Amino acid sequence: MLSAEGIVVGYRKGVPVLDGVDLHITPGETVGLAGPSGCGKSTLAKVLCLLLRPWKGRLRMDGEVITGFRHDAPAALRTRVGVVFQQPRLAVDPRLTLREIVAEPLLANGFPASGVIGLANRVGLTGELLERRPHEVSDGQLQRACLARALALRPRYLVCDEMTAMVDASSTAGLVRVVREQASDLETGVLAISHDDALLDVWADRVERLG
Amino acid sequence: MTEVLLDVHALSVRFQLGRRGRRGVVRAVSAAGFELRAGAVLALVGESGCGKSVLAAALLGLLPANAEVRGRATMDGLELLGAQEKTLAERVRGRMIGLVPQSAASHLTPVRTARAQLVETVRALRQDVADAPAFADDLATRVGLDPATLRLYPHQLSGGTAQRVALSLALAGDPRVLLADEPTVGLDRPLVEHVVDTLADLSTQDKAVLMITHDLAAARRVATHVAVMYASRLVEFGPAGAVLADPWHPYTGALLDALPDGRFRPIPGDPPELTALPDGCAFCQRCPAMPGYPPCTGEATMRRFGDRFVAAHPPAAIPEYGPLC
Repeated sequence: MLSAEGIVVGYRKGVPVLDGVDLHITPGETVGLAGPSGCGKSTLAKVLCLLLRPWKGRLRMDGEVITGFRHDAPAALRTRVGVVFQQPRLAVDPRLTLREIVAEPLLANGFPASGVIGLANRVGLTGELLERRPHEVSDGQLQRACLARALALRPRYLVCDEMTAMVDASSTAGLVRVVREQASDLETGVLAISHDDALLDVWADRVERLG
Repeated sequence: MTEVLLDVHALSVRFQLGRRGRRGVVRAVSAAGFELRAGAVLALVGESGCGKSVLAAALLGLLPANAEVRGRATMDGLELLGAQEKTLAERVRGRMIGLVPQSAASHLTPVRTARAQLVETVRALRQDVADAPAFADDLATRVGLDPATLRLYPHQLSGGTAQRVALSLALAGDPRVLLADEPTVGLDRPLVEHVVDTLADLSTQDKAVLMITHDLAAARRVATHVAVMYASRLVEFGPAGAVLADPWHPYTGALLDALPDGRFRPIPGDPPELTALPDGCAFCQRCPAMPGYPPCTGEATMRRFGDRFVAAHPPAAIPEYGPLC
Protein backbone atom coordinates (compact mmCIF):
# COMPACT_ATOMS: atom_id res chain seq x y z
CA MET A 1 0.00 0.00 0.00
CA LEU A 2 1.12 3.55 -0.76
CA SER A 3 -0.12 5.84 1.95
CA ALA A 4 0.24 9.52 2.64
CA GLU A 5 -0.61 10.43 6.23
CA GLY A 6 -1.17 13.99 7.41
CA ILE A 7 0.88 15.52 4.62
CA VAL A 8 1.64 19.24 5.07
CA VAL A 9 3.65 20.84 2.31
CA GLY A 10 3.94 24.01 0.24
CA TYR A 11 6.39 25.99 -1.80
CA ARG A 12 6.69 29.19 0.24
CA LYS A 13 7.49 29.25 3.92
CA GLY A 14 4.38 29.41 6.07
CA VAL A 15 2.01 28.97 3.10
CA PRO A 16 1.07 25.29 2.99
CA VAL A 17 -0.66 24.08 -0.17
CA LEU A 18 -1.67 20.83 1.47
CA ASP A 19 -2.53 21.03 5.15
CA GLY A 20 -2.88 17.57 6.63
CA VAL A 21 -3.92 15.38 3.71
CA ASP A 22 -4.40 11.60 3.89
CA LEU A 23 -4.55 9.30 0.88
CA HIS A 24 -4.16 5.54 0.51
CA ILE A 25 -3.72 3.48 -2.63
CA THR A 26 -3.72 -0.30 -2.52
CA PRO A 27 -2.27 -2.40 -5.36
CA GLY A 28 -4.81 -3.03 -8.12
CA GLU A 29 -6.98 -0.13 -6.99
CA THR A 30 -7.60 3.06 -8.99
CA VAL A 31 -8.12 6.12 -6.82
CA GLY A 32 -9.43 9.26 -8.51
CA LEU A 33 -8.29 12.62 -7.18
CA ALA A 34 -10.56 15.53 -8.09
CA GLY A 35 -10.66 19.21 -7.22
CA PRO A 36 -10.48 22.66 -8.82
CA SER A 37 -7.32 24.15 -10.37
CA GLY A 38 -4.80 25.18 -7.74
CA CYS A 39 -6.13 22.99 -4.92
CA GLY A 40 -2.92 20.97 -4.63
CA LYS A 41 -3.64 17.84 -6.67
CA SER A 42 -0.30 17.97 -8.45
CA THR A 43 1.53 18.82 -5.24
CA LEU A 44 0.20 15.64 -3.67
CA ALA A 45 1.20 13.74 -6.80
CA LYS A 46 4.77 15.04 -6.45
CA VAL A 47 4.93 13.85 -2.84
CA LEU A 48 3.61 10.41 -3.82
CA CYS A 49 6.26 9.94 -6.51
CA LEU A 50 8.98 11.09 -4.13
CA LEU A 51 9.66 14.34 -5.97
CA LEU A 52 8.72 16.64 -3.09
CA ARG A 53 9.61 16.25 0.59
CA PRO A 54 6.63 16.95 2.87
CA TRP A 55 7.13 19.45 5.71
CA LYS A 56 5.10 17.28 8.03
CA GLY A 57 3.39 13.93 7.80
CA ARG A 58 4.48 10.52 6.63
CA LEU A 59 4.69 8.69 3.34
CA ARG A 60 4.73 4.89 3.57
CA MET A 61 5.29 2.49 0.70
CA ASP A 62 4.53 -1.17 1.34
CA GLY A 63 5.09 -0.63 5.05
CA GLU A 64 8.39 1.22 4.66
CA VAL A 65 8.49 4.85 5.85
CA ILE A 66 10.06 7.02 3.16
CA THR A 67 12.85 9.24 4.43
CA GLY A 68 14.64 10.18 1.21
CA PHE A 69 13.03 12.31 -1.48
CA ARG A 70 14.20 13.46 -4.92
CA HIS A 71 17.81 12.39 -5.46
CA ASP A 72 17.98 11.06 -1.89
CA ALA A 73 15.30 8.47 -2.59
CA PRO A 74 16.71 4.96 -3.03
CA ALA A 75 16.35 3.80 -6.65
CA ALA A 76 14.42 0.70 -5.59
CA LEU A 77 11.68 2.87 -4.07
CA ARG A 78 11.78 5.58 -6.74
CA THR A 79 11.19 3.10 -9.54
CA ARG A 80 8.29 1.53 -7.71
CA VAL A 81 6.18 4.58 -8.62
CA GLY A 82 5.65 5.48 -12.25
CA VAL A 83 4.40 8.91 -13.26
CA VAL A 84 2.74 10.45 -16.31
CA PHE A 85 2.54 14.26 -16.40
CA GLN A 86 -0.02 16.58 -17.97
CA GLN A 87 2.08 18.01 -20.77
CA PRO A 88 3.94 15.37 -22.75
CA ARG A 89 5.96 17.97 -24.66
CA LEU A 90 7.49 19.25 -21.45
CA ALA A 91 8.15 15.74 -20.17
CA VAL A 92 10.44 14.45 -22.91
CA ASP A 93 13.82 15.33 -24.35
CA PRO A 94 12.98 16.77 -27.81
CA ARG A 95 16.19 15.34 -29.29
CA LEU A 96 15.30 11.69 -28.66
CA THR A 97 13.15 9.41 -30.79
CA LEU A 98 10.10 7.85 -29.15
CA ARG A 99 12.00 4.55 -29.05
CA GLU A 100 14.80 6.20 -27.06
CA ILE A 101 12.32 7.94 -24.77
CA VAL A 102 10.64 4.66 -23.85
CA ALA A 103 14.02 2.88 -23.53
CA GLU A 104 15.51 5.41 -21.08
CA PRO A 105 14.32 3.86 -17.81
CA LEU A 106 15.22 0.37 -19.06
CA LEU A 107 18.79 1.32 -19.94
CA ALA A 108 19.25 3.43 -16.80
CA ASN A 109 18.37 0.40 -14.67
CA GLY A 110 20.41 -2.20 -16.52
CA PHE A 111 17.64 -3.82 -18.56
CA PRO A 112 17.95 -4.55 -22.30
CA ALA A 113 16.29 -2.02 -24.62
CA SER A 114 14.51 -4.89 -26.39
CA GLY A 115 11.65 -4.44 -23.95
CA VAL A 116 10.61 -1.29 -25.83
CA ILE A 117 8.65 -3.19 -28.49
CA GLY A 118 6.34 -4.91 -26.01
CA LEU A 119 5.73 -1.63 -24.17
CA ALA A 120 5.06 0.24 -27.41
CA ASN A 121 2.58 -2.41 -28.52
CA ARG A 122 0.87 -2.19 -25.20
CA VAL A 123 0.12 1.54 -25.67
CA GLY A 124 -0.57 1.18 -29.39
CA LEU A 125 2.53 2.82 -30.86
CA THR A 126 3.38 0.99 -34.06
CA GLY A 127 6.75 0.45 -35.76
CA GLU A 128 7.46 3.57 -37.75
CA LEU A 129 6.13 5.98 -35.10
CA LEU A 130 8.85 4.84 -32.71
CA GLU A 131 11.55 6.25 -34.98
CA ARG A 132 10.05 9.76 -34.91
CA ARG A 133 10.97 12.62 -32.63
CA PRO A 134 8.45 14.49 -30.45
CA HIS A 135 7.84 17.32 -32.95
CA GLU A 136 6.81 14.76 -35.57
CA VAL A 137 3.97 13.20 -33.57
CA SER A 138 0.71 14.46 -32.04
CA ASP A 139 0.21 15.19 -28.34
CA GLY A 140 -1.82 12.00 -28.02
CA GLN A 141 0.90 9.86 -29.59
CA LEU A 142 3.58 11.49 -27.45
CA GLN A 143 1.55 10.94 -24.30
CA ARG A 144 1.31 7.24 -25.24
CA ALA A 145 5.11 7.14 -25.33
CA CYS A 146 5.20 8.82 -21.90
CA LEU A 147 2.80 6.19 -20.56
CA ALA A 148 4.94 3.39 -22.02
CA ARG A 149 7.98 4.96 -20.34
CA ALA A 150 6.17 5.12 -17.01
CA LEU A 151 5.24 1.44 -17.29
CA ALA A 152 8.72 0.31 -18.41
CA LEU A 153 9.92 -0.79 -14.98
CA ARG A 154 6.59 -2.43 -14.07
CA PRO A 155 5.91 0.02 -11.24
CA ARG A 156 3.70 -1.16 -8.42
CA TYR A 157 2.06 2.29 -8.34
CA LEU A 158 1.27 4.69 -11.16
CA VAL A 159 0.51 8.39 -10.76
CA CYS A 160 -1.37 9.91 -13.73
CA ASP A 161 -1.34 13.67 -13.15
CA GLU A 162 -3.89 15.11 -15.60
CA MET A 163 -2.62 12.58 -18.11
CA THR A 164 -5.47 13.31 -20.53
CA ALA A 165 -5.98 17.07 -20.14
CA MET A 166 -4.17 17.98 -23.34
CA VAL A 167 -5.36 15.17 -25.62
CA ASP A 168 -8.58 14.54 -27.54
CA ALA A 169 -11.41 12.22 -26.51
CA SER A 170 -10.26 9.22 -28.53
CA SER A 171 -6.71 9.42 -27.16
CA THR A 172 -8.13 9.84 -23.65
CA ALA A 173 -10.18 6.67 -23.96
CA GLY A 174 -7.14 4.83 -25.39
CA LEU A 175 -4.73 5.94 -22.65
CA VAL A 176 -7.19 5.14 -19.88
CA ARG A 177 -7.88 1.71 -21.35
CA VAL A 178 -4.15 0.87 -21.14
CA VAL A 179 -3.91 2.08 -17.53
CA ARG A 180 -6.97 0.07 -16.55
CA GLU A 181 -5.51 -3.08 -18.10
CA GLN A 182 -2.29 -2.42 -16.20
CA ALA A 183 -4.22 -2.06 -12.94
CA SER A 184 -6.12 -5.30 -13.40
CA ASP A 185 -3.39 -7.44 -15.01
CA LEU A 186 -0.40 -6.40 -12.90
CA GLU A 187 -2.22 -5.27 -9.75
CA THR A 188 -0.87 -1.76 -10.20
CA GLY A 189 -2.25 0.85 -7.79
CA VAL A 190 -3.24 3.94 -9.76
CA LEU A 191 -3.76 7.55 -8.71
CA ALA A 192 -5.85 9.18 -11.44
CA ILE A 193 -5.76 12.94 -11.10
CA SER A 194 -8.25 14.86 -13.20
CA HIS A 195 -10.59 17.81 -13.04
CA ASP A 196 -13.01 15.93 -15.29
CA ASP A 197 -15.60 14.32 -13.02
CA ALA A 198 -17.21 12.45 -15.91
CA LEU A 199 -13.86 10.83 -16.65
CA LEU A 200 -13.16 9.83 -13.05
CA ASP A 201 -16.66 8.39 -12.71
CA VAL A 202 -15.87 5.75 -15.33
CA TRP A 203 -12.17 5.34 -14.57
CA ALA A 204 -11.70 5.24 -10.81
CA ASP A 205 -12.84 2.72 -8.20
CA ARG A 206 -13.32 5.57 -5.75
CA VAL A 207 -12.84 9.34 -5.94
CA GLU A 208 -11.22 11.54 -3.31
CA ARG A 209 -11.76 15.28 -3.37
CA LEU A 210 -9.27 18.01 -2.51
CA GLY A 211 -10.04 21.69 -1.85
CA MET B 1 -33.07 33.11 -42.31
CA THR B 2 -30.44 35.08 -40.59
CA GLU B 3 -27.62 36.80 -42.39
CA VAL B 4 -24.58 34.80 -43.54
CA LEU B 5 -21.56 36.44 -41.92
CA LEU B 6 -18.83 34.20 -43.24
CA ASP B 7 -19.13 32.06 -46.33
CA VAL B 8 -16.38 29.52 -46.89
CA HIS B 9 -16.29 27.61 -50.15
CA ALA B 10 -13.91 24.85 -51.30
CA LEU B 11 -11.12 26.02 -49.00
CA SER B 12 -7.94 23.98 -49.41
CA VAL B 13 -4.55 24.45 -47.77
CA ARG B 14 -1.42 22.57 -48.73
CA PHE B 15 2.13 22.76 -47.51
CA GLN B 16 5.07 21.76 -49.66
CA LEU B 17 7.80 20.04 -47.69
CA GLY B 18 11.37 20.46 -48.89
CA ARG B 19 12.18 22.33 -52.08
CA ARG B 20 9.14 22.30 -54.45
CA GLY B 21 7.50 19.62 -52.35
CA ARG B 22 10.22 17.00 -52.88
CA ARG B 23 9.72 15.70 -49.35
CA GLY B 24 5.99 15.43 -49.84
CA VAL B 25 2.89 17.60 -49.74
CA VAL B 26 0.81 18.00 -46.60
CA ARG B 27 -2.89 18.35 -47.41
CA ALA B 28 -3.98 20.14 -44.25
CA VAL B 29 -7.44 21.28 -45.42
CA SER B 30 -9.23 19.82 -48.44
CA ALA B 31 -12.25 21.53 -50.03
CA ALA B 32 -13.87 22.69 -46.80
CA GLY B 33 -17.12 24.58 -47.18
CA PHE B 34 -19.54 25.97 -44.60
CA GLU B 35 -21.58 29.03 -43.71
CA LEU B 36 -21.44 30.90 -40.46
CA ARG B 37 -24.69 32.74 -39.80
CA ALA B 38 -25.41 35.54 -37.36
CA GLY B 39 -26.34 34.21 -33.95
CA ALA B 40 -24.60 30.87 -34.52
CA VAL B 41 -22.00 29.14 -32.40
CA LEU B 42 -20.30 26.75 -34.78
CA ALA B 43 -18.12 24.11 -33.17
CA LEU B 44 -15.46 22.70 -35.48
CA VAL B 45 -14.56 19.35 -33.93
CA GLY B 46 -12.16 16.52 -34.74
CA GLU B 47 -9.10 14.70 -33.47
CA SER B 48 -5.77 16.49 -32.98
CA GLY B 49 -3.96 17.10 -36.25
CA CYS B 50 -6.99 16.97 -38.56
CA GLY B 51 -6.48 20.52 -39.84
CA LYS B 52 -8.86 22.54 -37.64
CA SER B 53 -6.36 25.19 -36.60
CA VAL B 54 -4.93 25.52 -40.12
CA LEU B 55 -8.42 26.24 -41.42
CA ALA B 56 -8.79 29.02 -38.85
CA ALA B 57 -5.36 30.47 -39.56
CA ALA B 58 -6.14 30.52 -43.30
CA LEU B 59 -9.18 32.75 -42.70
CA LEU B 60 -6.97 35.33 -41.01
CA GLY B 61 -4.02 35.05 -43.40
CA LEU B 62 -1.80 33.76 -40.60
CA LEU B 63 -0.30 30.76 -42.41
CA PRO B 64 3.43 30.45 -43.04
CA ALA B 65 4.82 31.38 -46.47
CA ASN B 66 5.00 27.82 -47.79
CA ALA B 67 1.22 27.38 -47.51
CA GLU B 68 -0.81 27.21 -50.73
CA VAL B 69 -4.38 28.36 -50.16
CA ARG B 70 -7.21 27.81 -52.64
CA GLY B 71 -10.95 28.43 -52.52
CA ARG B 72 -13.04 31.34 -51.30
CA ALA B 73 -13.93 32.81 -47.93
CA THR B 74 -16.08 35.91 -48.06
CA MET B 75 -17.13 38.23 -45.29
CA ASP B 76 -18.87 41.60 -45.78
CA GLY B 77 -18.16 41.33 -49.51
CA LEU B 78 -14.44 41.01 -48.88
CA GLU B 79 -12.51 37.98 -50.13
CA LEU B 80 -10.31 36.92 -47.21
CA LEU B 81 -8.18 34.31 -48.94
CA GLY B 82 -5.41 35.94 -50.89
CA ALA B 83 -6.25 39.42 -49.54
CA GLN B 84 -3.34 41.84 -49.26
CA GLU B 85 -1.50 41.85 -45.94
CA LYS B 86 -2.41 45.55 -45.58
CA THR B 87 -6.13 44.78 -45.96
CA LEU B 88 -5.93 41.92 -43.48
CA ALA B 89 -4.06 44.02 -40.94
CA GLU B 90 -6.17 47.16 -41.28
CA ARG B 91 -9.63 45.75 -41.86
CA VAL B 92 -9.88 42.07 -40.98
CA ARG B 93 -7.84 40.99 -37.98
CA GLY B 94 -9.38 42.11 -34.72
CA ARG B 95 -11.97 44.26 -36.53
CA MET B 96 -13.96 41.77 -38.61
CA ILE B 97 -12.67 38.56 -37.04
CA GLY B 98 -11.37 38.43 -33.49
CA LEU B 99 -9.03 35.57 -32.61
CA VAL B 100 -8.72 33.87 -29.24
CA PRO B 101 -5.52 31.90 -29.84
CA GLN B 102 -4.70 28.44 -28.56
CA SER B 103 -2.92 28.45 -25.15
CA ALA B 104 -3.85 32.08 -24.59
CA ALA B 105 -1.32 32.71 -21.82
CA SER B 106 1.63 32.15 -24.14
CA HIS B 107 0.30 34.81 -26.52
CA LEU B 108 0.47 37.57 -23.92
CA THR B 109 3.62 39.65 -23.62
CA PRO B 110 5.27 38.40 -20.42
CA VAL B 111 6.83 41.74 -19.40
CA ARG B 112 3.70 43.90 -19.51
CA THR B 113 0.54 43.84 -17.43
CA ALA B 114 -2.74 42.57 -18.86
CA ARG B 115 -4.09 46.13 -18.65
CA ALA B 116 -1.21 47.62 -20.66
CA GLN B 117 -1.83 45.09 -23.41
CA LEU B 118 -5.58 45.55 -23.41
CA VAL B 119 -5.38 49.36 -23.46
CA GLU B 120 -2.83 49.23 -26.28
CA THR B 121 -5.15 46.99 -28.28
CA VAL B 122 -8.14 49.27 -27.66
CA ARG B 123 -6.12 52.33 -28.80
CA ALA B 124 -4.96 50.52 -31.94
CA LEU B 125 -8.37 49.21 -32.96
CA ARG B 126 -10.81 51.80 -31.68
CA GLN B 127 -10.10 55.40 -32.64
CA ASP B 128 -13.71 56.16 -31.69
CA VAL B 129 -13.10 55.37 -28.03
CA ALA B 130 -11.97 58.41 -26.06
CA ASP B 131 -11.21 56.79 -22.72
CA ALA B 132 -9.28 53.60 -23.53
CA PRO B 133 -8.58 52.56 -19.89
CA ALA B 134 -12.27 52.79 -18.96
CA PHE B 135 -13.17 50.83 -22.12
CA ALA B 136 -10.64 48.17 -21.13
CA ASP B 137 -12.36 47.81 -17.75
CA ASP B 138 -15.71 47.41 -19.51
CA LEU B 139 -14.29 44.70 -21.76
CA ALA B 140 -12.90 42.86 -18.75
CA THR B 141 -16.26 43.01 -16.99
CA ARG B 142 -18.02 41.68 -20.09
CA VAL B 143 -15.96 38.49 -20.05
CA GLY B 144 -16.41 38.03 -16.31
CA LEU B 145 -13.08 39.43 -15.15
CA ASP B 146 -12.67 41.72 -12.16
CA PRO B 147 -10.94 44.82 -13.68
CA ALA B 148 -8.55 44.73 -10.71
CA THR B 149 -7.02 41.52 -12.11
CA LEU B 150 -5.81 43.49 -15.11
CA ARG B 151 -2.91 44.92 -13.11
CA LEU B 152 -1.33 41.46 -13.03
CA TYR B 153 1.41 40.18 -15.32
CA PRO B 154 0.73 37.10 -17.49
CA HIS B 155 2.71 34.71 -15.27
CA GLN B 156 0.50 35.71 -12.32
CA LEU B 157 -2.67 34.70 -14.16
CA SER B 158 -4.25 31.26 -13.89
CA GLY B 159 -5.13 29.44 -17.13
CA GLY B 160 -8.77 30.46 -16.96
CA THR B 161 -8.02 34.11 -16.23
CA ALA B 162 -5.47 34.30 -19.04
CA GLN B 163 -8.12 32.81 -21.32
CA ARG B 164 -10.52 35.57 -20.36
CA VAL B 165 -7.86 38.27 -20.90
CA ALA B 166 -7.31 36.85 -24.39
CA LEU B 167 -11.06 36.92 -24.94
CA SER B 168 -11.28 40.57 -23.92
CA LEU B 169 -8.41 41.35 -26.32
CA ALA B 170 -10.29 39.61 -29.12
CA LEU B 171 -13.42 41.65 -28.35
CA ALA B 172 -11.66 45.02 -28.27
CA GLY B 173 -12.25 45.71 -31.98
CA ASP B 174 -15.93 44.66 -31.78
CA PRO B 175 -15.58 41.93 -34.45
CA ARG B 176 -18.70 40.28 -35.85
CA VAL B 177 -17.00 36.89 -35.96
CA LEU B 178 -15.08 35.53 -33.01
CA LEU B 179 -12.72 32.67 -33.71
CA ALA B 180 -11.67 30.69 -30.64
CA ASP B 181 -9.00 28.04 -31.12
CA GLU B 182 -9.20 25.30 -28.46
CA PRO B 183 -10.44 27.74 -25.79
CA THR B 184 -10.92 25.00 -23.20
CA VAL B 185 -7.71 22.94 -23.24
CA GLY B 186 -6.18 22.46 -19.81
CA LEU B 187 -9.03 24.20 -17.95
CA ASP B 188 -11.06 22.42 -15.31
CA ARG B 189 -14.70 21.62 -16.01
CA PRO B 190 -16.35 24.60 -14.23
CA LEU B 191 -13.94 26.95 -16.03
CA VAL B 192 -14.59 25.21 -19.36
CA GLU B 193 -18.28 25.77 -18.84
CA HIS B 194 -17.74 29.40 -17.88
CA VAL B 195 -15.55 30.06 -20.93
CA VAL B 196 -17.89 28.42 -23.44
CA ASP B 197 -20.96 30.05 -21.85
CA THR B 198 -19.25 33.43 -22.20
CA LEU B 199 -18.49 32.65 -25.85
CA ALA B 200 -22.09 31.62 -26.46
CA ASP B 201 -23.39 34.85 -24.88
CA LEU B 202 -21.30 36.81 -27.38
CA SER B 203 -23.05 35.34 -30.40
CA THR B 204 -25.92 37.81 -30.32
CA GLN B 205 -28.16 38.63 -33.23
CA ASP B 206 -25.53 40.13 -35.51
CA LYS B 207 -22.46 38.20 -34.34
CA ALA B 208 -21.23 34.64 -34.52
CA VAL B 209 -18.63 32.40 -32.91
CA LEU B 210 -16.47 29.76 -34.59
CA MET B 211 -15.10 27.53 -31.85
CA ILE B 212 -12.40 25.02 -32.73
CA THR B 213 -12.30 22.28 -30.16
CA HIS B 214 -11.78 18.61 -29.56
CA ASP B 215 -13.95 18.89 -26.45
CA LEU B 216 -17.26 17.46 -27.61
CA ALA B 217 -18.81 17.93 -24.20
CA ALA B 218 -18.16 21.68 -24.46
CA ALA B 219 -19.52 21.69 -28.01
CA ARG B 220 -22.65 19.90 -26.87
CA ARG B 221 -23.17 22.53 -24.19
CA VAL B 222 -23.15 25.68 -26.33
CA ALA B 223 -22.90 25.00 -30.05
CA THR B 224 -25.83 25.73 -32.37
CA HIS B 225 -24.05 23.98 -35.25
CA VAL B 226 -21.34 21.36 -35.47
CA ALA B 227 -18.84 20.74 -38.25
CA VAL B 228 -16.88 17.50 -37.94
CA MET B 229 -13.46 17.40 -39.54
CA TYR B 230 -11.46 14.26 -40.28
CA ALA B 231 -8.09 14.04 -42.02
CA SER B 232 -8.34 17.51 -43.64
CA ARG B 233 -11.96 17.18 -44.79
CA LEU B 234 -15.32 18.13 -43.34
CA VAL B 235 -17.32 14.92 -43.09
CA GLU B 236 -20.48 16.10 -41.34
CA PHE B 237 -22.13 19.46 -40.74
CA GLY B 238 -25.46 20.50 -39.34
CA PRO B 239 -27.49 21.70 -36.34
CA ALA B 240 -25.70 20.64 -33.15
CA GLY B 241 -28.67 18.92 -31.54
CA ALA B 242 -29.38 16.73 -34.56
CA VAL B 243 -25.77 15.85 -35.36
CA LEU B 244 -24.79 14.98 -31.79
CA ALA B 245 -27.97 13.04 -31.04
CA ASP B 246 -28.08 11.11 -34.31
CA PRO B 247 -24.70 11.12 -36.08
CA TRP B 248 -24.81 10.05 -39.71
CA HIS B 249 -21.10 9.72 -40.33
CA PRO B 250 -19.43 6.81 -38.46
CA TYR B 251 -16.56 9.14 -37.52
CA THR B 252 -18.93 11.48 -35.66
CA GLY B 253 -20.33 8.40 -33.93
CA ALA B 254 -16.83 7.23 -33.05
CA LEU B 255 -15.97 10.62 -31.52
CA LEU B 256 -19.11 10.50 -29.37
CA ASP B 257 -18.37 6.89 -28.39
CA ALA B 258 -14.96 7.96 -27.08
CA LEU B 259 -16.48 10.33 -24.50
CA PRO B 260 -16.41 9.18 -20.86
CA ASP B 261 -20.19 9.60 -20.63
CA GLY B 262 -20.59 7.65 -23.86
CA ARG B 263 -19.11 4.19 -24.31
CA PHE B 264 -15.58 5.46 -23.52
CA ARG B 265 -14.19 3.51 -26.43
CA PRO B 266 -11.11 4.79 -28.29
CA ILE B 267 -11.29 4.99 -32.10
CA PRO B 268 -9.18 2.03 -33.25
CA GLY B 269 -6.08 2.89 -35.25
CA ASP B 270 -4.61 6.27 -36.10
CA PRO B 271 -5.82 8.87 -38.60
CA PRO B 272 -4.00 8.71 -41.96
CA GLU B 273 -0.93 10.87 -42.52
CA LEU B 274 -1.84 14.17 -44.17
CA THR B 275 1.00 13.56 -46.64
CA ALA B 276 -0.60 10.33 -47.89
CA LEU B 277 -4.36 10.86 -47.96
CA PRO B 278 -6.54 8.60 -50.08
CA ASP B 279 -8.62 10.35 -52.76
CA GLY B 280 -11.95 9.14 -51.47
CA CYS B 281 -13.27 8.56 -47.95
CA ALA B 282 -10.32 8.64 -45.56
CA PHE B 283 -12.15 6.97 -42.69
CA CYS B 284 -12.62 3.60 -44.42
CA GLN B 285 -9.60 1.97 -42.76
CA ARG B 286 -11.08 2.65 -39.30
CA CYS B 287 -14.70 2.26 -40.38
CA PRO B 288 -15.24 -1.51 -39.96
CA ALA B 289 -15.16 -1.00 -36.21
CA MET B 290 -18.32 1.10 -36.44
CA PRO B 291 -21.20 -1.18 -37.36
CA GLY B 292 -24.74 0.12 -37.82
CA TYR B 293 -24.04 2.88 -40.34
CA PRO B 294 -25.15 2.88 -43.95
CA PRO B 295 -22.49 1.58 -46.33
CA CYS B 296 -19.70 3.94 -47.38
CA THR B 297 -20.00 5.38 -50.89
CA GLY B 298 -16.32 6.31 -50.78
CA GLU B 299 -17.08 9.94 -51.61
CA ALA B 300 -14.86 12.56 -50.03
CA THR B 301 -17.18 15.57 -50.36
CA MET B 302 -20.31 16.23 -48.36
CA ARG B 303 -23.82 16.16 -49.82
CA ARG B 304 -26.82 18.00 -48.51
CA PHE B 305 -29.89 16.37 -46.97
CA GLY B 306 -32.35 18.96 -45.63
CA ASP B 307 -30.45 21.10 -43.15
CA ARG B 308 -27.65 18.54 -42.70
CA PHE B 309 -24.59 17.63 -44.71
CA VAL B 310 -22.69 14.37 -44.67
CA ALA B 311 -19.95 12.72 -46.73
CA ALA B 312 -19.88 9.13 -47.93
CA HIS B 313 -22.72 7.88 -45.68
CA PRO B 314 -26.04 9.23 -47.03
CA PRO B 315 -29.01 8.44 -44.78
CA ALA B 316 -31.36 6.02 -46.49
CA ALA B 317 -34.62 7.73 -45.62
CA ILE B 318 -33.94 11.33 -46.60
CA PRO B 319 -33.83 12.49 -50.23
CA GLU B 320 -30.67 14.22 -51.29
CA TYR B 321 -30.88 17.95 -51.75
CA GLY B 322 -27.68 18.40 -53.75
CA PRO B 323 -23.94 18.55 -53.34
CA LEU B 324 -22.52 21.29 -51.14
CA CYS B 325 -19.66 22.27 -53.40
